[in-house]
Amino acid sequence: MSAKFVDRSNTIITRNLAQLANGLALILLICIGACSGQAWNNPYPAADARKNILYSSFTERPKHLDPARSYNANEIAFTGQIYEPPLQYHYLKRPYQLIPLTTVGMPQVQYLDKDGKPLAENARQDQIAFSVYEIHIKPGIMYQPHPALATDAQGKSLYDHLSPEQIDKIHSLSDFKQQGTRELVAADYIHEIKRLAHPRLNSPIYGLMSEYIVGLRDFSKRLRDVYQQLVKEKGESAFLDLTQYDLAGVQAVDRYTYRIKIIGKYPQFLYWLAMPFFAPIPPEADVFYAQPGLDKKNVTLDWYPIGTGPFMLTKNNPNLQMVMERNPNFHGETYPTQGEAGDAEAGFLDDAGKPLPFIDKAVYSLEKENIPGWNKFLQGYYDTSGISSDSFDQAIRMNNQGEAGLSDDMKAKGIKLLTGVGTSTFYMGFNMGDSVVGGNSERARKLRQAISIAVDYEEFISIFLNGRGIPAQGPIPPGIFGYRDGKAGINPYVYDWVNGAPKRKSIAVARKLMREAGYPNGRDAKTGKPLIIYFDTTASGPDDKARLDWFRKQFQKIDIQLVVRGTDYNRFQDKMQKGTEQFFGWGWNADYPDPENFLFLLYGPNAKVGKNGENAANYSNPDFDRLFEKMKNMDNGPERQAIIDRMMVIARKDSPWIWGLHPKIFSLYHNWYFNAKPNLMANNTLKYKRIDPVLRAKLRAKWNKPILWPIGVLVLILIVSVIPAIKTYRAKARAAGVT
Amino acid sequence: MFAYIIRRVLYAIPILIGVNLLTFTLFFVVNKPDDMARMHLGMKHVTQEGIDKWKEDHGYDKPLFYNNHPSEGNALTDTIFYHKSVRLFLFDFGNADDGRNITYDISQRMWPSLAIAVPVFIIGILLNISFALMIAFFRATYIDYGAVVLCVILMSISSLFYIIGGQFLISMLLHLVPISGYDDTGWSMAKFLILPVIVGIIGGVGSGTRWYRTIFLEEINKDYVRTARAKGLSERIVLFKHVLKNALIPILTGVVAVIPLLFMGSLITESFFGIPGLGSYTIDAIRSQDFAIVRSMVFIGSVLYIFGLILTDISYTMVDPRIRLGTAA
Repeated sequence: MSAKFVDRSNTIITRNLAQLANGLALILLICIGACSGQAWNNPYPAADARKNILYSSFTERPKHLDPARSYNANEIAFTGQIYEPPLQYHYLKRPYQLIPLTTVGMPQVQYLDKDGKPLAENARQDQIAFSVYEIHIKPGIMYQPHPALATDAQGKSLYDHLSPEQIDKIHSLSDFKQQGTRELVAADYIHEIKRLAHPRLNSPIYGLMSEYIVGLRDFSKRLRDVYQQLVKEKGESAFLDLTQYDLAGVQAVDRYTYRIKIIGKYPQFLYWLAMPFFAPIPPEADVFYAQPGLDKKNVTLDWYPIGTGPFMLTKNNPNLQMVMERNPNFHGETYPTQGEAGDAEAGFLDDAGKPLPFIDKAVYSLEKENIPGWNKFLQGYYDTSGISSDSFDQAIRMNNQGEAGLSDDMKAKGIKLLTGVGTSTFYMGFNMGDSVVGGNSERARKLRQAISIAVDYEEFISIFLNGRGIPAQGPIPPGIFGYRDGKAGINPYVYDWVNGAPKRKSIAVARKLMREAGYPNGRDAKTGKPLIIYFDTTASGPDDKARLDWFRKQFQKIDIQLVVRGTDYNRFQDKMQKGTEQFFGWGWNADYPDPENFLFLLYGPNAKVGKNGENAANYSNPDFDRLFEKMKNMDNGPERQAIIDRMMVIARKDSPWIWGLHPKIFSLYHNWYFNAKPNLMANNTLKYKRIDPVLRAKLRAKWNKPILWPIGVLVLILIVSVIPAIKTYRAKARAAGVT
Repeated sequence: MFAYIIRRVLYAIPILIGVNLLTFTLFFVVNKPDDMARMHLGMKHVTQEGIDKWKEDHGYDKPLFYNNHPSEGNALTDTIFYHKSVRLFLFDFGNADDGRNITYDISQRMWPSLAIAVPVFIIGILLNISFALMIAFFRATYIDYGAVVLCVILMSISSLFYIIGGQFLISMLLHLVPISGYDDTGWSMAKFLILPVIVGIIGGVGSGTRWYRTIFLEEINKDYVRTARAKGLSERIVLFKHVLKNALIPILTGVVAVIPLLFMGSLITESFFGIPGLGSYTIDAIRSQDFAIVRSMVFIGSVLYIFGLILTDISYTMVDPRIRLGTAA
């Protein structure tokens, strides 16, 4: 009986093992079935392997694709390819240069006095009451195919009066059978400017633009009143038809020409005309998307853009993947034929004169975590990649001179490295309203200068940024007019010029300044109390501990105790608004390549406290402010440079910031990816990119051959490990039989 | 039983109000409407006028709990709390602060979450129970000791390690499946799900097996098991037919309550594997201070948890005929 039992149990075990093997085989078959004909780990359809498709990723879900609302870099990566504002940046030339995009030539500006009379081009700034920009757009530019523009034979819109039953069946734009187009006209640009003041849209630049565009603030108030009345009457289905209301500062001259009237002189306005905020929107799109029920399916202009650009969004799943395809109605453009010195040698002019865009489709996948995104790049499934600190050592080798180069692994894969200094600045600021570190007294100034010397940003960049940054000598980063390189550009309060390079002053100099400020050995000479400085920062997690310890160490060099007050970003903002911080860290990324966009961070009337401006240090120096007002509207040239130089002397002496660093941007790309010149101002660069899909498919297949033997070994280990269990089972069964 | 369920549903209402109140209070202790506006308006060039417009448009321009000067309703109803809460109880989640319809997004994102959570849950339970029974069968042998040590090791390792290790081994070294991503078009979904499902199962096998082993060992020492053995039943029959059946109540206590929560997704797994589920939806909302989504997800989580507990009670009556819901002991 016992033997029978054992036999049966063996049979059961054998059967179970067979079932396990079958299960494993099934999983394997599913794998093979799902991935047949391609590398098994290919996340894209096998049929796309040799197609002219660019693959990239995004780390943060875009929130808005409506050009009136979108402002974040992760959104402009999409809107920049779809919408066409009047101007764009030249892709290759440096310094950055604006050129026409949809316009015939650059906009013409006419200055007017307070009575509306024309002034000469070189009129004095105080005479100029208004500037009028006249913009001529090219005829014949067509919109991408879109259901909002679909019409019947009589020209009547097909989809502007959808019934609830029809809307029930709609889940995306692809559910509309008919698509239409029409020619771009000046009125579409005007419509978008009006949309900046729409009460529902909350455009992030409305506040700024209402200070410049004539009548925008009154227009907004009027729209608000009208819209509130509409909401009362019609509830959530209220539709505000902007075509019924005129905006005083913007008018159409003819079908292809419009004018924008600006208060005073504001030459930086041209840079805004290169941003999607000023791209055209056909009024039909607003009518189409306003139909009740579409918003409940997320079918809104915020998610389904309509533009004239080289690409159109064909798949919009911001939680997974965004796909842009070539716009069949694109008006055509050619690759630049000129660049800066060295571009031809670098191959950036190989495609000169060829029609744009080069690629047919761009697939952007959401990658929230660095590691999967990096590994997919190494497998060839992304064409480009940034370098996170996790992967820096794997990708980059620094030579003895501190220059970055690729590691051998990267070189073996044919990966290439691009570096460039970002048009950004990260600084540490002193609250100039603070009684200890702030103010214009000599004592406070010397204290700030001493701290500026003590905080060794060369070391910071080396330790925490892997060398990816350059110590700042002022607020203006390289590549922006006003930045000076070499000896003329150093901050003489922190650096000496030694052997052709800036050298940070010694701690002895900082200590001397501390003594002169009345803080010998870090103690107040009058009270004898130790000097304590409070550092407000959003860096409060365990990952930030090393950095914060480093900052403490820097202050200890001159016997100052640094107390870190870690906080979340909201409370930090709150403190900054109220001016209750003493010392803080912050940064600024350029909106446009003009020194005004950096120097206004130190302009008194732009203070954070009381004025809600961007001058976070609340720095105010009448001489600096006067020079800023003179400089801000000047054209670039020696006179402007001279004024900036004088401003820098004042700011460096006052030291409201420890000037910090300008980050260096490192990015990698595969050898099948071309025209990868970094352009930190342009946001419509996808059209210039070219790939070699055949080479990519070949390398992907080579790099991603499935390795199966470890699976076999694993199965073997499992089988072997079952044997002792079987033996024990038999022994127990025998024991049970005996008892 | 019907009366019991009605009673439990009625009990749920004050609980949900309490959860909502707590969520609301905690959220607004940390985030002020001005901060939320600033975050959504892009941080740069943000004017107070713009902030005020945003707050008015999104209904954050009222006092939080009590309005001294109500423009509509009364002091308690013309508040942010009332306006943001009352529609929740009608399951009308409205729009997120970025304008997207929350109900629509949830309806789209629940499927990827379920696509991972359901197989992990079912296969995981089956595996854990099987392993636990096997270990119980080999109790007091070196297999038992070895398995317990292995379980402790497995449960001591962070889930993040399994994810990164799995991605490195299976995708990077062996090139067997994609590292991350998702495809909702039919069978091609499978290649994206294999790795997160395997990682999910392995990540839970240590703690699960150990928990069930404890339950089974407790059951094994009861009188009816001794009786069954005395009758000459094989150990296999004793374990699978008697012990497993009688251990179902403690198993159900843990398992059934979790079933509705599968819908909520996994925060870390979805983030690392690029799965567009509800777990990553919630995390994104917290990061971007989108109160509309946060309160909706917390509310749904609470409702599902209460639903799970009711389900657990009902399941007791199914596995143990001695239990009757709603009748006095």
